Amino acid sequence: MDKITTAAEAVKAVKDGDTLLVGGFLMAGSPETLIKALLETSSAKNLTVVSNDTGTVDSNMIKVMKQGRVKKVHGSYIGSNPMTGQMLIDDADSVTLYPQGTLAEKIRCGGAGIAGFYTPVGVGTVIENGKEKRTFDGKDYLLEKALRGNVAFVKATVADKFGNCFMRGSTKNFGALMARAADYVIAEAKKIVEVGELDAELVTIPGIFIDALVQSEDV
Amino acid sequence: MDAKNFIAKRVARELKDGDVVNLGIGLPTLIANYVPEGVSITLQAEHGILGAGPAAKEGEEDPEIINAGGFPITVLPGASFFDSATSFGIIRGGHVDVTVLGALQVDEKGNLANWMVPGKRVPGMGGAMDLVVGARKVIVAMEHTAKGSHKILDTCTFPLTAVGVVNQIITEMGVMEITEDGIKLTEIAQGLTVEDVQSATGAKLIIADNLAVMES
Repeated sequence: MDKITTAAEAVKAVKDGDTLLVGGFLMAGSPETLIKALLETSSAKNLTVVSNDTGTVDSNMIKVMKQGRVKKVHGSYIGSNPMTGQMLIDDADSVTLYPQGTLAEKIRCGGAGIAGFYTPVGVGTVIENGKEKRTFDGKDYLLEKALRGNVAFVKATVADKFGNCFMRGSTKNFGALMARAADYVIAEAKKIVEVGELDAELVTIPGIFIDALVQSEDV
Repeated sequence: MDAKNFIAKRVARELKDGDVVNLGIGLPTLIANYVPEGVSITLQAEHGILGAGPAAKEGEEDPEIINAGGFPITVLPGASFFDSATSFGIIRGGHVDVTVLGALQVDEKGNLANWMVPGKRVPGMGGAMDLVVGARKVIVAMEHTAKGSHKILDTCTFPLTAVGVVNQIITEMGVMEITEDGIKLTEIAQGLTVEDVQSATGAKLIIADNLAVMES
């Protein structure tokens, strides 16, 4: 199965109304080549974007948002993207904020067949609004449900042609989780090597999770 | 030494050899500069690093190795990298010994408000809620007032980050512990009276019997 394709071809998987998981923590591990293709070659709209921070002022995501194609955001820290901050001001329901570890665990569960989990984080704050609260051994916890996407964009440092991905340093962050939690997963990689050339011990994301593989460009 | 560095240096003396420590953005990052001789700590960065080191030198920045503020850093020998779910498992699971953060408000019940000011643009809570709930010890390091207005209160009025999590408050005026009975002043900065600290505080202070002079 040949997974290597162009960014423009790969992002055709994103349809109107989709939930799109986007890896990265600020610019580390941000799949800019794929987001740029979404910006320039796709017209998919009414998107729900799941991202820790929705990027920075330098990211391509802010440009997609300026096109009015993002209707909802699920994130944690949005201070780096003024467009997301403005969305929250214009329509409080359009941006859902989670504690960062809760967001990560929701996505992890989404990929791992777990419906939800009870966490102590957010108890006694606005985060608990509308959520089931349950006491275990005298301590309160909130029920958080799993989160999945239709499509995920992630970035690897090195990938082999089977899709095995090595994410170096602090680039693993959310991408390593999102690659397991979407129906269709597109990875871009700074370097693509032959099968067998990536040490199996260094695989961050096993290749079975990756549906399409794109060469990263300097964008 | 300015107030921020004075506070950071005093906080650093709370750290014990072997501690896993997460330092918030801003003033808390200065603490790494003052870790006492003979104390070795492991710095955690919540997006997936244990063993974080100093900022990268100019020309040696690596965009794949950044701190939680997005700036290029280095890692120390023995460091490790992992994804965000593992990282917050470390935090939520009680494997971080100390977290140090700033606050907008903190109150005598140990409640913390540090993520949003009503009516102002909301940046999101990031990892703050997870850190203060998960870390074994939570130290608030901040200037005692916001240009004169009280930040240490009997009850927080801003939206909370978490309930009953703060253990200690360290400011340029003194060191305070959150006890069951309220906020206890345990150290006071040179040249200040208890009344000076009390008037800068929006909660009734309990004064420790053995009140000491605060040294950085």
